[in-house]
Amino acid sequence: MPPAAGHVAAIRFGLGPRPGEVPPADPLAWLEAQLGPEAPLPPGPSAADGLRARQADEEDRAANGGMPPGRGRVPALAREEALAWARRRLATPQPFRERLVDFWMNHFTISRRGPLVNAVAGAYEREAIRPHVTGRFADMLLAVARHPAMLLYLDNAGSVGPASPAGRRGGRGLNENLAREILELHTLSPAGGYTQADVQALARLLTGWSVALRAEPFGFVFRAAAHEPGEKRLLGRVFGPGEAEGEAALRFLATHPATFRHLATRLVRHFVADTPPEAAVRAVEGRLRDTGGDLGEAARALIRLPGAWEPPLTKLRAPVDHVLAACRALGLPEERAEAVPAGLAALGQPLWRAPQPNGWPDTAAEWAAPEALMRRVDWAYTLAGRFGAGADPAAVAELALGPLIRPGTLAAMARAGAVRDALTLLLASPEFMAR
Amino acid sequence: MSLRPTRRGFLLGLAATVAVGRTRMAFARLPGERRLVVVILRGALDGLYAVQPYGDPALAGLRGPLALPEPGREGGLLDMGGFFGLHPALSALHGMYAAGEALVLHAVAAPHRSRSHFEAQDLLEGGAPERLSSGWLNRALAAVPNPPEARAGLAVGTGVPLLLRGPTPVGAYAPPGLARPSPELLDRLAALHAADPRLGPAFAEGLRARGFAEQAMGGTAAGPEQRGSFPDLAAAAARLLAEPQGPRVAALELGGWDTHTGQAARLQGPLRALDAGLAAMREGLGPHWARTAVLVVTEFGRTARVNGNNGTDHGTGGAAFLLGGAVAGGRVLADWPGLDEAALFEGRDLAPTLDLRRLAKGVLRDHLLLPPAAVAQAFPGSDAAPPLGGLLRG
Repeated sequence: MPPAAGHVAAIRFGLGPRPGEVPPADPLAWLEAQLGPEAPLPPGPSAADGLRARQADEEDRAANGGMPPGRGRVPALAREEALAWARRRLATPQPFRERLVDFWMNHFTISRRGPLVNAVAGAYEREAIRPHVTGRFADMLLAVARHPAMLLYLDNAGSVGPASPAGRRGGRGLNENLAREILELHTLSPAGGYTQADVQALARLLTGWSVALRAEPFGFVFRAAAHEPGEKRLLGRVFGPGEAEGEAALRFLATHPATFRHLATRLVRHFVADTPPEAAVRAVEGRLRDTGGDLGEAARALIRLPGAWEPPLTKLRAPVDHVLAACRALGLPEERAEAVPAGLAALGQPLWRAPQPNGWPDTAAEWAAPEALMRRVDWAYTLAGRFGAGADPAAVAELALGPLIRPGTLAAMARAGAVRDALTLLLASPEFMAR
Repeated sequence: MSLRPTRRGFLLGLAATVAVGRTRMAFARLPGERRLVVVILRGALDGLYAVQPYGDPALAGLRGPLALPEPGREGGLLDMGGFFGLHPALSALHGMYAAGEALVLHAVAAPHRSRSHFEAQDLLEGGAPERLSSGWLNRALAAVPNPPEARAGLAVGTGVPLLLRGPTPVGAYAPPGLARPSPELLDRLAALHAADPRLGPAFAEGLRARGFAEQAMGGTAAGPEQRGSFPDLAAAAARLLAEPQGPRVAALELGGWDTHTGQAARLQGPLRALDAGLAAMREGLGPHWARTAVLVVTEFGRTARVNGNNGTDHGTGGAAFLLGGAVAGGRVLADWPGLDEAALFEGRDLAPTLDLRRLAKGVLRDHLLLPPAAVAQAFPGSDAAPPLGGLLRG
């Protein structure tokens, strides 16, 4: 391990050091330990709670002839979810685990652009993603495909089999959206060689996977009356009708060799290098194949890649990484957590609002735009002004980057005429933007 | 019937608030509806450059290119009484001087002798011989009768400076959106990014897109006006101070004064910003300007000699300003020590002959009419530096 390994672990695999968190002497053991049981999570509203809140808002809106934007139960719930998300990441003893949560949230992107998904996005993380980040990929895929957030975001909730009783009554039909994204983004990827017929087959398999929006159980329901009868042929394999066959199809996709290849590529691209080295992808892919898709084992393979430990760090921190690392370096208290979602919005990566189902990009080329960098500087300067008072810039630099800081940055900081300027030089330096 | 607010009036008048950004705040009143603004110049203003003692025969030899032409010549100083001249970028300030509203103080220093910016700023704002976690202005305002929920003053800009932090509640106002750093700080960041193959080109392009000329990245020209710039903040402060229910005390800060290289070019922007901000305050306060005092201070002066890069390094004695309609201005107040080799502090800096605490204590006593105990609480252990009298009219 190189001498900077403690900081590499905290930056590349964590959320950046925070005061009181000493860079680990044994970085590998520190990361491994975070793959054990999850630290206790404060309770939050379930998907059913969110859908009930949304229904109550709808009733109020109908009774009062409308509601001003930003008012009501769902916006309040969503604001609290964003704060809870930020508080967790400011204070967690398991930053690597939180990074994995955010990686898988982005892999299975949903977007809170409408009130429906907005009401259940936090619940989606707690119910569909978080329980499986060190578990089986197939279990995560199933939890995602059954969750109201995904069923609503990718429109499967309204998908009706044309030959089902509901379909024969006319008016509604098949919606391919979720099935296509499962094949293209979540599992095989186009490299897996599926066809339009496979998309249709999966869409038919998933007909009836829907959401009770306006009444109990306020959550996932299998609507047998909307389910397409008959056999479906997916990637050469035949599945029969019924909810259990859809589940079997998803398990089949989740453990497909092309899926393991795709997941390994995405993991290595996220944690190690924009252009994933073939050997690294093979190592993670092999571990997934050998364990039948154990994501904890994939994470263990990831932190054992020799290339993951070599400074200089070559990944550009996406805005979410940059904002969290800067807020943690300044010791932002949890009660000021609202600065985090505000920072994400200011830097163009608002929480859980990726513009498309393929999620936020994961390469420097996508984030290192000229004006985007200028905004990072403005934001760092604003943050340093608001929360940097009383800080010792040299101590913040040592905490945040340790041996990874460049001499030129240290010299510029030492020459700065104000604490705020010194902190801005640190937080907007090229090495602070790297992970 | 008296219109003076009573305690009962205060209690009933909790609705007497003013909109500060998105929130409403109540503020403490001051006797005679006086206003006080304190401006901190972070990074150490070169007092010998902003206020040049052109009558001192040693100046030109020490300062070389930083000694500007005498008043009346092209690009020359703005005269103040035949010995001192203001930098020509400070024309509004000079107008206030001519109108008897600006007092210029020279060879001033806080009592500390630290040449560290951060320590010196903390001591300047803390007001004590050692670093404190509260500021002298905050502790001074503890003595102002304060109805419940009323704030003693307002910090204008991003964050609350140490000067205003402490046990007395204060308000804060920052304009919405992100603040923009000074061109000089951007210039330093651009230098850090220049060597980075991934970010360097994009960073340079970002600066260009924001209107920086190529040469600005070499640090020789001023960039475009900053959003949330000092003149904007000063105008916002004046607007709030002029409100009937607005704050009566405000603090602002302005950086960009740490000029180790190319000082003449680097100081153009900050001097202009300071001057425009002071003019905006005078205009925005309108009739209330007559009851206003604005104190402008920095953490230390800079070396008397120009350094090897046409800049100056961290020094000791420097300049301060007190201006406003309430100020007995039109004067330069200085017990001038001279710039001879033997007169320089430690052979390098302008020797301080006036303790900055005496200036601040004079303002607290004679402008805010604070009792001696409150002034002492603001500046503990300062018996040897009594309040300076005669700073204010009437």
